[in-house]
Amino acid sequence: MTTLTRARTGPFAADYAALKAAAWLTPARERAWERLQEAASPSERRGNERWKYTDVRPLTSVPYRLAHAGALPGLAEVKKIAPWDDAWTTLTFVDGHFAPALSTEPTGRVAAGRLATATASVQSLLEARLAKVQAIDEEYFTLLNTAFLSDGAYVHVPDNAVEERAVHLLFIASPATSPRVAHPRTLVIAGKNSQSKFVESYVSLADSDQHFSNAVTEFFLDDGAQVEHYRILAENEKSHHIGNTRVHHMANSRFNSISFAIGPAIGRNDHHALIDGPGAETNLSGLYMTTNGQHMDNNISVNHEKPHGTSRQYYKGILAGKSRAVFSGIVVVKPGADKTFADQKDLNLLLSPGAEVDTKPSLEIFADDVKCFHGATAGHVDLDTLYYMRSRGIGLEAATQMLIRGFAAEVVERIKLPALARYVEGVTEKMLPEFRLEVPK
Amino acid sequence: MPLLEVKDIHARVVNADKSILQGLSLSINPGEVHAIMGPNGSGKSTLANVLAGRPDYELTSGEIRLAGEDISALLPEERAVRGLFLAFQYPAEIPGVRPWQFLKASVDAIAEYRGEKKLGVREFTKVFEQAVKEVAINPELSKRSLNEGFSGGEKKRNEMLQMKILQPRLCVMDETDSGLDIDALKTVAAIVNGMRSPERSFLIVTHYQRILEHVTPDFVHILVGGRIVKSGNSQLARELEKTGYERFIKVAAGA
Ligand SMILES: Nc1ncnc2c1ncn2[C@@H]1O[C@H](COP(=O)(O)OP(=O)(O)OP(=O)(O)O)[C@@H](O)[C@H]1O
Ligand SMILES: [Mg+2]
Repeated sequence: MTTLTRARTGPFAADYAALKAAAWLTPARERAWERLQEAASPSERRGNERWKYTDVRPLTSVPYRLAHAGALPGLAEVKKIAPWDDAWTTLTFVDGHFAPALSTEPTGRVAAGRLATATASVQSLLEARLAKVQAIDEEYFTLLNTAFLSDGAYVHVPDNAVEERAVHLLFIASPATSPRVAHPRTLVIAGKNSQSKFVESYVSLADSDQHFSNAVTEFFLDDGAQVEHYRILAENEKSHHIGNTRVHHMANSRFNSISFAIGPAIGRNDHHALIDGPGAETNLSGLYMTTNGQHMDNNISVNHEKPHGTSRQYYKGILAGKSRAVFSGIVVVKPGADKTFADQKDLNLLLSPGAEVDTKPSLEIFADDVKCFHGATAGHVDLDTLYYMRSRGIGLEAATQMLIRGFAAEVVERIKLPALARYVEGVTEKMLPEFRLEVPK
Repeated sequence: MPLLEVKDIHARVVNADKSILQGLSLSINPGEVHAIMGPNGSGKSTLANVLAGRPDYELTSGEIRLAGEDISALLPEERAVRGLFLAFQYPAEIPGVRPWQFLKASVDAIAEYRGEKKLGVREFTKVFEQAVKEVAINPELSKRSLNEGFSGGEKKRNEMLQMKILQPRLCVMDETDSGLDIDALKTVAAIVNGMRSPERSFLIVTHYQRILEHVTPDFVHILVGGRIVKSGNSQLARELEKTGYERFIKVAAGA
């Protein structure tokens, strides 16, 4: 028995009981707490495909307590560790608590704010969608998040609204003296034929404290909605992060997403898309970089339930030290989802003999006339290539870094927001010395 | 003082039993062009790579001097910044790295070694674009990843582009002329001739007399079985065209 599972009745239960949340969120919380008692624990991995390659016991054995609101960092400090653009609408949460001083008011036609203080009319709109996207009430960590749902961000993009200004959902972990957990929560409703952009980022203020972010983000894309989405996971190397993204697609909607993950000791990028209307398209790409003893798990699934859908998964991993990564990409094409196009790719660059990746793209097809492709590679740095570069005067370290940048470029270059691209480049550059080449002897 | 002095080297693949180069000596003075010819598998590329410091090979005896300095134990990058350049028989493809970016890093490394100021982005771009024109490389190629999806001939032209920009003291060219069309061959010859100077030397590995019609070598060496079995002037290359290597292989076997 682990601390978290025991915590259903132990100290975690105390945090649950003590939590004060807005009344309108209570039914969802109580329901989740109930269901949590029966949900399969992710630390019991036998026969549990979803957690086959990731041992979460180092996470579940930590006595994580709910983070309370503390002192806020200054804006200058935040800009040093997080992506920032004054032109974005930013909603900042520190340890799960809304930080007005670090947030900006939405402009234009987009409505954005806190779940806790949503007006009655917004509440009724949100209630119809909150915790409703795709099997969110069957999984341990998403249930845990909902059980502790006291605040979070909502964004509502009205029908036909075209919003150039990106909405930034920034979740900061402040320095902790004992292990702390936050359950960041976001709900986005993109109206019919609307266009909008989102940056979701997770960062730590301290380099070496231990915290756990158990995040859930739900997107509902109504007919014809187009969303550009970025997910930045840059928490510190001792932290644990379980990130759940759920995207519900109605007809002809399109979701383009890039995730960039570095940082945590154990990280999970759990992304599920549901194609629930004909002609919808979901393009998911990502870059994960792990070193030392880090573990990064990408669990990406797309369920095609309606015809003429398109899904693309394009992920790249760079692994050094004794780190491990997982890519489980699943595309399910349900009966009737004819003329589906699906492509899955996961490419990995290994810098050391101790780095390991389990990459499992898979397809389950029950429909007709579909085009599905998948592929995965994991290769060590090519020594002939390195020699070629060195023969031009570029030293081993510089050559290795150039190869890493080159490998990452294909994903990084897809970032369309200049401030975000600069941030990702900066973070990558800072990390590069940790990505050393180790040649097997 | 010779620019390159190779003294009785024996070299093998790391930890292998058999030597590939077996007592090879060669001396190249500043300003000279030397050609190396020899049958397949005789050790020409091995020599070129041993000079450049490829880690797969080890020198078991002998030494290599560049402008008097013993470079036998130096890393490939340390040799390169000292002005040794190898145009590869099979250049590597480098995903995600553009030719401009690659060469800038290279030029910067050389400047750093020499204690010179690095070229600014704009200055270097000028140098780069000028060289692209002279080497007659399709400018579209410099937008792609280095060598990725380049044709054989395009890769060779790209090697010449690098040689032209890096301005090395010793240019080792491993079969740059192989697989080139007539125009490309003339371009390569023009680049070599244009770069010839009293300070710069060339070591041209080739199978064909063709390139030597355009670039007249001062010396021609025949490499058989990891050793130079005969040296002469450009006349030797012409003779080879008629007689082939057979008699030299016999000489090598008899020795
Ligand atoms: N890395 C290596 N591992 C094993 N054998 C090698 C290696 N490099 C060279 N050799 C062997 O050494 C010999 C000389 O090879 P090398 O490539 O130097 O020949 P070459 O003269 O350049 O031939 P070609 O004209 O075909 O290019 C060959 O028998 C080759 O198989
Ligand atoms: Mg060869």
